[in-house]
Amino acid sequence: MITKEEVEHVGWLSRIEIDAKQSDSYAEKLNSVLDYFGQLDEVDTEDIAPTYHIADIVNVFREDEVTESLSQKEVLANTENKQEGNFKAPRIM
Amino acid sequence: MVYENPDGVRIGLEVHVQLNKLNTKLFCGCSTKYHNSEPNTHVCPVCLGLPGSLPVINERAVEFAMKIGLALNCSIVEQTQFHRKNYYYPDLPKGFQTTQYDYPIAGQGKIMIEGEDGERVIRITRAHMEEDPGRLQHMGSIDRSKGTLINYNRSGMTLIEIVSEPDMRSPKEARRYLDKLRSILDYLDVFDGDLEGAMRVDANVSVFNGERVEVKNISSFKGAERALLYEIMRQKNHIRRGGTITLETRHFDEARGVTLSMRTKEEEHDYRYFPEPDLVPLRVADRVPEVLKTLPELPDAKKERFMKEYGIADMHARALTTEIKLANFYEEVAAKVDPKAAAVWIADILKGELNYRDLAIDAFTVDDIVDIVELVTSNRITEQSGVEIIRTVLDHGGKPQDIVNEKGLLKVEDDIVAKAVGEAIAENPEAVADYLAGKEKSLNFIVGKVMQKTKGRADAREAREKVLEELKE
Repeated sequence: MITKEEVEHVGWLSRIEIDAKQSDSYAEKLNSVLDYFGQLDEVDTEDIAPTYHIADIVNVFREDEVTESLSQKEVLANTENKQEGNFKAPRIM
Repeated sequence: MVYENPDGVRIGLEVHVQLNKLNTKLFCGCSTKYHNSEPNTHVCPVCLGLPGSLPVINERAVEFAMKIGLALNCSIVEQTQFHRKNYYYPDLPKGFQTTQYDYPIAGQGKIMIEGEDGERVIRITRAHMEEDPGRLQHMGSIDRSKGTLINYNRSGMTLIEIVSEPDMRSPKEARRYLDKLRSILDYLDVFDGDLEGAMRVDANVSVFNGERVEVKNISSFKGAERALLYEIMRQKNHIRRGGTITLETRHFDEARGVTLSMRTKEEEHDYRYFPEPDLVPLRVADRVPEVLKTLPELPDAKKERFMKEYGIADMHARALTTEIKLANFYEEVAAKVDPKAAAVWIADILKGELNYRDLAIDAFTVDDIVDIVELVTSNRITEQSGVEIIRTVLDHGGKPQDIVNEKGLLKVEDDIVAKAVGEAIAENPEAVADYLAGKEKSLNFIVGKVMQKTKGRADAREAREKVLEELKE
């Protein structure tokens, strides 16, 4: 069961503000999602190797060769908050 | 001698090593040579975390990681994969760091250090691969800053995080461990440790076997020693005043030399690690034999060989093998002149003069030190002149033979010294009488006169012996 407090904690971890009214309804919805996935617990997985990746392949690599980067202008194209080639964010502690 | 460790100090270190000798980042083809570049010029959709971009693992980064693991005597895991470590901080454009979690690429190793009471094993818990975050720069001081500037050039660089067991018992042992690690990594040629941020340290420290405190934000080896000294003292004082130490993370303030509590609400389970679905697992253990073939002779093995092959002392062999560049330099010199004399001249004298000037071994040439050692061992110049030549080459340049000529450093013939001794004794009867009456200092005065007469080109020790001989008769 997900509690209202857990919803608020997860909201904080994701830096999303969730007000008290919303958190009850989120808890309810998240619990229904969890219940749905909970059906998977009924499957017996004893002696079955874990699936690490849905595609059954390993070792996909690339060579250590330089490819072109974006220009500074392109990098900063999607923000208005910039200064001297940097992204600018609010004060962070 | 056994080190008692009176305060029950236990130190474990987490060292982040940036593999800046790779050409490209861990998951994209952006160049790693950003250190002197404008901000945000070495980034692409992958390391900028743009939606829809897909990471692909740099094969050479995996090889480097295996090399490091094997050099630290770790075993390489059969199968590994990357995980997402989720947290929101602007240095991570994706909102998660791609790292390894339950199956680090290398585990359970060890290295030897020179401990408080002789050789000591420091166990390595694990070494795993992860991506470096971007770089944040606060506008103004941290507490009054108006904002934060973000440069993603560093984002996605390959890091190897090397975690040790809490096997170090003093800041000095921690420093020795860091030096040894740096030495091994230099030998492996996987990173340039002089570049900014190439090695970063977090320390876990406890006293009287109590709870551990994590100290973050240590940016140099000297800083690590200072941070640990401070933190151990703080914990001891806190306990003495009746307090208890609880698990916490502290931030090292390099400028003030203190550690400060960082109240953080995030805990391990808050990172919500889960397997990175955009990357397939790695199965690379079968490459171990091949990677082993590429491992160079490492510091400990080289030290042993130097002692055997060149017949030099343990202390010299250790000093000469700490840095790979110095070790190679020594071997070139030892091939041309007496290896024992070469060890003394390089390890004791040249290295001291270089350290004093904050210079690396590249500042001196093999040919020059070979010339100097030859001049001294063939008795053509004094040891003192040898040192003078080294200093002159470092400070003003020039070739040893030219410096010998310019400064007239060739040793004067024995009969000239004998003549000067005779004169000095004849001209200073008072000093002679004082010496014979038991005033040791007067001997130095007479020797000084001999040196004056030969313009310093006599060997002071020889001059002293000759004066003594004369006075005995």
